[in-house]
Amino acid sequence: MSEARPRTMAAAPALPALHRPAREGALRAALPRLVLGLYLLFLLVPIYWLVNMSFKTNLEISSAMTLWPREPTLDNYRRIFTDPSWYGGYINSLKYVLLNTAISLAVALPAAYAFSRYRFLGDKHLFFWLLSNRMAPPAVFALPFFQLYSAVGLFDTPWAVALAHCVFNVPLAVWILEGFMSGVPREIDETAAIDGWSFPAFFIRLFLPLVAGGVGVAGFFCFMFSWVELLLARTLTTVNAKPIVATMTRTVSAAGMDWGLLAAAGVLTIIPGAVVIWFVRNHIARGFALGRV
Amino acid sequence: MSKPRDQRAWLLVLPVVALVAFSALIPVMTVVNYSLQDTFGNNVFFWNGLGWFRDLLDPATEFGGRFRGALWRTLLFSALCLLIEVPLGIGVALTLPRRGWGVAASLVLLALPLLIPWNVVGTIWQVFGRGDIGLLGAALNGLGIDYNYAQDPLDAWITVVLMDVWHWTSLVVLLCYAGLRAIPDAYYQAARVDGAGAWAVFRAIQLPKLQRVLTIAVLLRFMDSFMIYTEPFVVTGGGPGNATTFLSIDLVKIALGQFDLGKAAAMSIVYNLIVLTVCWIFFATTTRGQSEAVGERS
Repeated sequence: MSEARPRTMAAAPALPALHRPAREGALRAALPRLVLGLYLLFLLVPIYWLVNMSFKTNLEISSAMTLWPREPTLDNYRRIFTDPSWYGGYINSLKYVLLNTAISLAVALPAAYAFSRYRFLGDKHLFFWLLSNRMAPPAVFALPFFQLYSAVGLFDTPWAVALAHCVFNVPLAVWILEGFMSGVPREIDETAAIDGWSFPAFFIRLFLPLVAGGVGVAGFFCFMFSWVELLLARTLTTVNAKPIVATMTRTVSAAGMDWGLLAAAGVLTIIPGAVVIWFVRNHIARGFALGRV
Repeated sequence: MSKPRDQRAWLLVLPVVALVAFSALIPVMTVVNYSLQDTFGNNVFFWNGLGWFRDLLDPATEFGGRFRGALWRTLLFSALCLLIEVPLGIGVALTLPRRGWGVAASLVLLALPLLIPWNVVGTIWQVFGRGDIGLLGAALNGLGIDYNYAQDPLDAWITVVLMDVWHWTSLVVLLCYAGLRAIPDAYYQAARVDGAGAWAVFRAIQLPKLQRVLTIAVLLRFMDSFMIYTEPFVVTGGGPGNATTFLSIDLVKIALGQFDLGKAAAMSIVYNLIVLTVCWIFFATTTRGQSEAVGERS
C-alpha cells in the first residue's frame, strides 16, 4: 500500500488539467497510458531488482546499494548450471509439471465434453464437487498426501507431485474446457454421427481441432498452477525428485545467505513461465475468462 | 435447445471421478478419521470423539484462541486483498489498449507475476523490502520512514498485502480485460449518440457486462488469498510474533511441525468448510440474477 499511494498521487495532478480546453484531448488520451505505465512499472521493479542482484557478487550486494551491477558476474548462474543439485531441481520440476499437464488434459477432455453435451444423473452435483476440490487449502492435503503416497510407494517420485497437483488442476481444466466446448455448436456432433464417424475418431480428428485454443489455455493453467506450487511439491519429495522450489527454500535456511545465488535461481524459475505465456498470448484474454464471456 | 439426457455420459466422466476420488476422497477420509482421535505417537490412537472440534470452536481454550486469532487475520487479509485488487484491476483493465502491438506486450508483462513460483514471489519481496539490501526498504528508510517488516507488525502486514497486490491484481486485470473485449462496439456507438460520458459508459455498460468475470475474479481471489501459505511464509515466517500467521501457516505448523494429527485434522475440516461455505453463498447470491438470463438462452 505504501507504494500504491504515491502511484495514485502521481496520477492525480494530471486531473485538474483536464479542464483546460486546449490540452484536454491530449491529456485525456495520455491518462490511461500513464496509469498503465505506472502499473507495469510497479510490476517490473521488484523483478528488475532480482535480476540486478543475480548478476552481482555477494560482496557488492551486502556492501552497497547499486542500481546496476558494478562488476557484473555470471558466477551465480555458472554455479547453478554446473551443480547437479541445482540444475537437477529444474529438471525434476519440469518432469512433474509436464506429467501433471498431460494427465489433467487427458482426463479432463472427455469429462468436459460430457458436461457440455449431456445431462446425466448428478451432473450438477458432480461439477460442484469437482470445483470444491479447487477450494481445499493445499495445507489440508499435505499430511494425508504424504501418508497416501508413501503407502502406495510413489513418495519422492514425480508421479506423486503430478497426481497431487491434479486435485486442483483437473477441476480447473474441466471448467475451462467445458466453456470452450459449449461454444461449439452441437450440430457438428450430429452431422458427424450421421456421416458415420465413430465417437473416438470424431472426437480426436474433428472436435479437438475446434477447441484447440481451449486445450492450449487449459494446458497453460495446469502448467502455471503446477509450476508455482511449493507446499505439496516440497512435502512429497525428499531427494530424488526434489523440485527447484524446494531446493531454494533449503538453501535459504543454510548458514550465511547466498543472496546472489538465490536471486539467480529465482530468475531462472521465471523463464519457463515467460516462454509459456508467449505461446498463448493471443488466447490469454479469452482464456482468463474461462472460455465463456 | 436443452441438452439431451444420456446416462452413458458417465463413462466419459469416470476417469476424472476416479482420479479425483483417489487424490481427494482418500485424504479427506484420513483427515476425518484423525480429527476424531488423539495420538501420543508410535501410531497409537485413542478415540477422542468431537473433543478437538469442541476445543477448536471454544476461544477460551489455548487451541481455540489460537484458531480464532489466525482466522481473523486470514479474513482481514482476504478482505484487504479483495478491496484493493478488484477496483485496481478494473481500473487497469480500462486503461489497456484495445488493438495494436501494445496489447500483446501489455498482456505478457501483466501475466508475468502470475507465473513466478510462489516461494520466488516471497523471495523477491523478502529481498525487495529489506532495509540493507532491498530497493524498497532502502528507499523508504532513506526517506526517513521507519520501515522494517521483520520487526514491526504493521510493516509486515503492508509488505504482505502489497506483495499480494503485486502478485494477483493481474489476474483481475486479465479477467476484466476479457470481459471488456466481449462488449460489442454497437453499445459504445449508442452511448456516443446519447452523449454519455466515460463514467456513464462505465456504470451503464461496462460494469454490468463485467458481472460474470468479476464473479469469477472475486471467487478465485477469495479462495486463493484465504488459502495463502507460501508467500507470507517465505517473507515473514508468520511473524513478527504471530502477526502474519494465517490459517494455513498455523495448520502446517501443527500438522507437519508438531505432528499433532488430531488437532490439525479438526482444524483442516473447519478451515475447508469455511472456504466452501463462503464460496457457495457468494456463488448462489451472485448467480441468482444471472440464472434467469441463462435459462432464457438455453
